[in-house]
Amino acid sequence: MTYIPISPRERDEMLKTIGVKSLDDLFDAIPAKHRFPKLDLPKALTEMEAYQELSDIAQANENVRGDLISFLGAGMYNHYIPSVIDHMLRRGEFYTAYTPYQPEISQGTLQAIFEYQSLMSALTGMDVSNASHYDGATATAEAVSLAYAQFRGKRKKVLMSPSLHPQYREVVRTYTQGMELESAGDAESNLGLSPEAFANQVDENTCIVIVQYPDFFGNVYDYTKLIEASHAKGALVCIVANPTALAMYKTPGDMGADVVVGDGQPLGIPMWYGGPSFGFFTTRKNFVHKMAGRLVGETIDSRGQRAYVLTLTAREQHIKRERATSNICTNQGLLALASAIYLSVLGKTGLQQVANLCYQKAHYAARELNKIKGYKVSSQTFFHEFVLECPMPAAELNTHLLEHGILGGYDLGQDYPTLANHLLIAVTEMNSKDDIDALVEVLSEVDHE
Amino acid sequence: MNNVSTGLNASIVEPTIFDLSSPGRIGVTMPASDVPETALPAKELLRSELPLPELAEVDVTRHYMHLSKFNYSVDSGFYPLGSCTMKYNPKINEDTCRLPGFLFTHPLQPIETVQGNLALMYRLQEWLKEIAGFAGVTLQPAAGAHGEFTGVLMMRAYHKSRGDAKRVKMLIPDAAHGTNPASVGMMGLNVLTIPSDERGNVDLKALEAACDDTVVGMMLTNPNTLGMFDEHIERVIELVHNCGGLMYGDGANLNALLGIVRPGDLGFDVMHFNLHKTFAVPHGGGGPGVGPVGVAPHLVDFLPEPLVGIIEEGEDDLPPLYGYIKPAKTIGRMKAFNGHFGGGFVRSFTYIAMHGPDGLKDIAQYAVLNANYLQARLRDTYKIPYDRICMHEFVMEGRFEGSDVRALDIAKRLMDYNFHPPTNYFPLIVHEALMIEPTETENKDTLDAFADALIKIAEEAKSQPELLHNAPHITPFGRMDEVRAARELVLCCWLPENYDENA
Repeated sequence: MTYIPISPRERDEMLKTIGVKSLDDLFDAIPAKHRFPKLDLPKALTEMEAYQELSDIAQANENVRGDLISFLGAGMYNHYIPSVIDHMLRRGEFYTAYTPYQPEISQGTLQAIFEYQSLMSALTGMDVSNASHYDGATATAEAVSLAYAQFRGKRKKVLMSPSLHPQYREVVRTYTQGMELESAGDAESNLGLSPEAFANQVDENTCIVIVQYPDFFGNVYDYTKLIEASHAKGALVCIVANPTALAMYKTPGDMGADVVVGDGQPLGIPMWYGGPSFGFFTTRKNFVHKMAGRLVGETIDSRGQRAYVLTLTAREQHIKRERATSNICTNQGLLALASAIYLSVLGKTGLQQVANLCYQKAHYAARELNKIKGYKVSSQTFFHEFVLECPMPAAELNTHLLEHGILGGYDLGQDYPTLANHLLIAVTEMNSKDDIDALVEVLSEVDHE
Repeated sequence: MNNVSTGLNASIVEPTIFDLSSPGRIGVTMPASDVPETALPAKELLRSELPLPELAEVDVTRHYMHLSKFNYSVDSGFYPLGSCTMKYNPKINEDTCRLPGFLFTHPLQPIETVQGNLALMYRLQEWLKEIAGFAGVTLQPAAGAHGEFTGVLMMRAYHKSRGDAKRVKMLIPDAAHGTNPASVGMMGLNVLTIPSDERGNVDLKALEAACDDTVVGMMLTNPNTLGMFDEHIERVIELVHNCGGLMYGDGANLNALLGIVRPGDLGFDVMHFNLHKTFAVPHGGGGPGVGPVGVAPHLVDFLPEPLVGIIEEGEDDLPPLYGYIKPAKTIGRMKAFNGHFGGGFVRSFTYIAMHGPDGLKDIAQYAVLNANYLQARLRDTYKIPYDRICMHEFVMEGRFEGSDVRALDIAKRLMDYNFHPPTNYFPLIVHEALMIEPTETENKDTLDAFADALIKIAEEAKSQPELLHNAPHITPFGRMDEVRAARELVLCCWLPENYDENA
């Protein structure tokens, strides 16, 4: 079936107005030998059939709301999403609008983005936020582009902590292939370094230092000293932050970070097998002209009303073309809206409750797991994710846990060969005490086998 | 109300979420903890304040309902934004993408537990290959511009792998979207602009002169942003290939080609799709997009990792085991995790499954029919600089002899007739451009009403130009002071100085 609202009679009238005999006559400019290929695709389904087919496909998955108990995080987290969010997102006025190029009839989107920018600035403790990036990894890569532009390409080293998410580091390397930049610092041998010791690797050639907060292993460090040391060498510092943790911990803004980015998925967006979520990007006011992405600013309309417009557009690709620092055009508008609604409806109290529940449950889990013979929690100061040292390869344990309906932690051996016996365990407000006890019980039994 | 921080003396139509906040109001409450308590970390590690708003759920609902009413959308009316393909987004897609099996799966789950997701991704890869005539497809890129960047990275990697290091020049027509040169700029490559000829095709002489052994390739949008299918497309591709360059297709305008011609058959080496245009993923007020990239056989090894592949073939009643594979010479990873799965792949999969091969061809045919019908109805009133059978869109001039009315005025006046304006001032090669793309999902009555409005506006431009200069009149907001926004640079809600102390 199609969604074309034109009857055959109307079609013929229109063809007559155009002055051609048939629809096929509209395509004479196409090389004849390639015109009208026969596409080898399944025949069309009706809506009823399509719904059934998609339901069958979805049911071939095991999901974490009913099928499996999950302790998997590593950059994407299972949080509760209040109902009101999707009800608002399903407003056609929001989801079927385009980028707000015509402000007179796009104030809904524009004001929502302005509020989103305000909420993200408040959460990170930074001055300004853009309207979003694709995800946390690409936002991190855009922070590198900002630093590269800031030093006009003269500083050529990107210093990444080995405890920055492995996929984020891969994306930074992909993005910088065409720049004369060297990525360094993330050798596995650097894993044991404190932030202060890591800061010793910053030099006059470093344009940006990137660390994660809490880091990939869940550890929470105060990066103030690392930032001071980096600034002393003239380098910028980007902190990749988990937004839920920011409800509880000292802000990167307070530590003196120059750029704070991260993935917004924990803020009211389903995991959706990895996307779409969005990347947030916040910085200091003095970098606003170098920041990529769209920005909404406050202004006044011809009737004396407060209103909002896309501003500083001269930075962007449609004006600057090949001299733009980024090619970003489409961003993640609807997901940024979801997070704004999430932060609004949870508000100050609700978000603190979520963060506290994550903290409490993760620490309970860590204490209980640490009691099992042969297991050791190696993280010291953590938020809702920690490293569990196991007596056997993490991959084997995960297979065993799955047989008991438990999605175990992330097998760190996949990215860090020396950590093959280590699981990264994430606990959120969605995990009950019973879930945690079940994990502890299954792991205790493995040890006895 | 007076906004003290910015000195903005303005009436407020809808307060911000921070304006609406009242300390002590609660929206959603979370359950109490069911585990023994752990002490919080040392105070030095905690934040001192959390300046978020405090509202009840009803406050939040009403606020966003109010905001939604300030938006024009496809669901509310005709949105002929050229090159953006603002087609109707079928409602069933909103339901399928929210099935729990899709919503609540983690991207790092073992592949055995997500065979549904992987099968869907594999089939979508196969369908996109078939639709556009390519040997391989990555679903990973997040949007069109991200797909372009992916494509340019692969083109560079291809030349590099052959030891061909002197290629630094990308050819881009003057009608191209800004993202094309920006993607090239991110790679540190040079852009050489190729002019268009008087029929809106690539100027063959200029192209021929530009083709040498320093060419990485050419990025071509076809049909281009004038809505024209290049009449010498095979020759253009031949010239680029003959000098060792690769041909990149910007798939922004693929809606015109579904079932009509496959870019891969024409000789394109690489092309990005915009699932949020062609395959009905809603635009969401600016995103998310979805920008898969298709490639010819010689570029398959360079695709980003990971791709979805068959790990073990199926037998009889047993389905195959799907999993991830890494192309041999991959350019690497373009984003974290598996691409825009839920809000992107599932919606497009549903859409393609419901159209089938004939339905896809209908999409292109009716998109082109609608554009040509509007062009025919407006030809006598507005100047159309490249006037021939167009594809899915056409560009006309928004100016009249002896009048100071501009394209911007016409665009704003259209709002008073309840239409979203066309794209304006693009492409840059047309004076006062108005770029109109009706899509296939508009009926004849709507197209007639839109043409009538534009004809009436042309009369108004002569008889009462002020009406246009001051438009729009019936929208909730008037024209904006954009200079002020850039000068004052207020990018966040103003918070009262004692905002937190009131808590």
